[in-house]
Amino acid sequence: MGVIEGRFEDNVVITSLDWIVNWARSWSPWPLTFGLACCAIEMMAAGAARYDLDRFGAGLFRPSPRQSDLMIVAGTVTMKMATRIKRLYEQMPEPKYVISMGSCANNGGPYWQHGYHVLKGVDEVIPVDVYVPGCPPRPESLIEGLIQLQNKIKRQTFAKTTEQGKA
Amino acid sequence: MEVEYSGEIMTLNMGPQHPSTHGVLRLELKTDGEVVHEAIPHIGYLHRCFEKHAENVEYPGVIPFADRMDYVAAMNNELGYVLAVEKLAGIQVNDRVRYLRIIMAELNRIASHLVAAGTYGLDMGSFTPFVHCFRDRETILDLFEETCGARLLYNYNWVGGLMFDVLPGFEKRVIEFLDRFEPLVNDLNRLLSYNYIFVKRTAGVGILTPEMALSYGVTGPNLRGSGVKFDVRKDEPYLGYEEFDFDVPVGRGEFGPVGSCFDRYIVRIREVLESCKIVRQAIAKLPPGDVQEKIPKRVKPAAGEVYMRTECPRGEMGFYIVSDGSTKPYRVKVKSPCFTAMSAFREISRGAMIADIVAIVGSLDIVLGEIDR
Amino acid sequence: MNPAEIVARLTERFGDRVLESKPDVVSPCSVVDPASILEICRFLRFDDSLLMDHLELLGGADYKDRIEVVYVLYSMTHRHRHVLKVRLPRENPRIATVESVWRVANWHERETYDMFGIVFEGHSDLRRILCPDDWEGYPLRKDYQFPTRYRGMPV
Repeated sequence: MGVIEGRFEDNVVITSLDWIVNWARSWSPWPLTFGLACCAIEMMAAGAARYDLDRFGAGLFRPSPRQSDLMIVAGTVTMKMATRIKRLYEQMPEPKYVISMGSCANNGGPYWQHGYHVLKGVDEVIPVDVYVPGCPPRPESLIEGLIQLQNKIKRQTFAKTTEQGKA
Repeated sequence: MEVEYSGEIMTLNMGPQHPSTHGVLRLELKTDGEVVHEAIPHIGYLHRCFEKHAENVEYPGVIPFADRMDYVAAMNNELGYVLAVEKLAGIQVNDRVRYLRIIMAELNRIASHLVAAGTYGLDMGSFTPFVHCFRDRETILDLFEETCGARLLYNYNWVGGLMFDVLPGFEKRVIEFLDRFEPLVNDLNRLLSYNYIFVKRTAGVGILTPEMALSYGVTGPNLRGSGVKFDVRKDEPYLGYEEFDFDVPVGRGEFGPVGSCFDRYIVRIREVLESCKIVRQAIAKLPPGDVQEKIPKRVKPAAGEVYMRTECPRGEMGFYIVSDGSTKPYRVKVKSPCFTAMSAFREISRGAMIADIVAIVGSLDIVLGEIDR
Repeated sequence: MNPAEIVARLTERFGDRVLESKPDVVSPCSVVDPASILEICRFLRFDDSLLMDHLELLGGADYKDRIEVVYVLYSMTHRHRHVLKVRLPRENPRIATVESVWRVANWHERETYDMFGIVFEGHSDLRRILCPDDWEGYPLRKDYQFPTRYRGMPV
């Protein structure tokens, strides 16, 4: 929606358009299969039978970054992997969101002190929207993180804003 | 496998992010059309410096790091490390601790094999077994959660004992779970294991001969799938496994040559039933006692070295610990079973097709946290 | 065979190239001369009474004055285990590869090279396996300095 973004002041057409588009985007974030370590198992359990992610529209994990809007970085990010994460993030089309799941992705986790090969937090290479703490976070925590992301998406707008909000 | 190659060799990258590589594994495929000339695995994308951390924290503090190596079967990792430290320090534990450790290890083996079966089905293209396996696994995780508070990474086995005792009624809940779960394995077999498509995709693919398996140091279900009957719990028993009556399933080559992906997979399913037997016997024999009586205030083994191996769901995990008499280990080296299984991958996958590569990786049941430590 | 018998068989065949033996500790081991490691490993692998066909672990350990390489060998047929150790100097540690005896040694030796810097002579493909190819330093040495940045990312 780059054509109409930021061009008009807030009016009834824009707010209705906002409402519909945000409703559609927040209830169907398609995640990228990006489980790195232990948090990946909890992410799989969140997508499985008991804690169903599909009721939020996020059950369709896409293998390719070109077809997904949400990257859940689940697990420890190492130096060797960090360059690949940057490339995958750049391959995702706009609008894209990132959830950093687990304490390793938030800031290095239990490996912060002597981990020479561990990147202390995935926000060193890509911008993060929601941080989900835990080691590993329960599936309910991940779902809470997804709901926070939905709230964040619902606050987005096409109107002209004084500071550039999240596009 | 004898294949004639024609045309030029193309290098294809099955990159670190891939839905079927069970973690961050990079496979460099040199393919000639659809047939893979050579598949070279590149690891190290999850190298989290376990051995460096182990040198800088005290003995009990290494246990959470050991959990996170093979994160699907954390109880077995902790057990291996704790048994090695106890062997070095000469600590004996009482019967209640022994039986509870065996119960937890076998329940975790069932949970781990369910993950392996479910994700293998997902790789082969069927989604229903995945959901069924994870649903059954949730009951086991509930049992773990009520005992030690965590679903996946427990920090439960401590040097000299356990973190907490089980709650009253635990035995009843375990037996209820086993009564409900054992008939469901037949359902899984009907859904997935003897499904025509699954058998066609896995039997005859990825043959690992017994000699190659021994030379590459492959252990666990991967070795038993090739017909070699070797299980650490039977052949070098620890923790009192010799008191239990269970069988060791071996690959029999029902649908093709022995040592195929199907054999490795069906050995895991049969092991689940054997683990159920062990848990039932252990619950029946569980004596009363205190699980925290021998936990020392500071763990300070005498200077020396020890090598101890246990049977993890993926093979034999070995811990080589060097102690210099202080409260921190001097050197902890881990021999991880998936590391040796991946070293054989290049041999197994010669001449396979690209779709078969997915089947082979899934049948070896690798967990990258353990390979890269 | 019990550990004392294994040690006796080794010393009978190799004499003073077995520098030290400890059959009575928790994990019985022998320290051998680094120059003859390949010959000793071949003997342990193919001798009928020993038949150590399973290399369980090949790792390094860094002590103040030396680096040791540890080989844990097990026999599937006879069900006995023995640990071999070699002592190498800290600057320029080199030793022959045992890849021709057990194929799994290929990856284990690559990992030991990556972590300690020990060069295995005759290895078919000696390069780093866990750390990236342009990593500097050998991490598990006791005097390892953590790098401050790797390719622009803070460590």
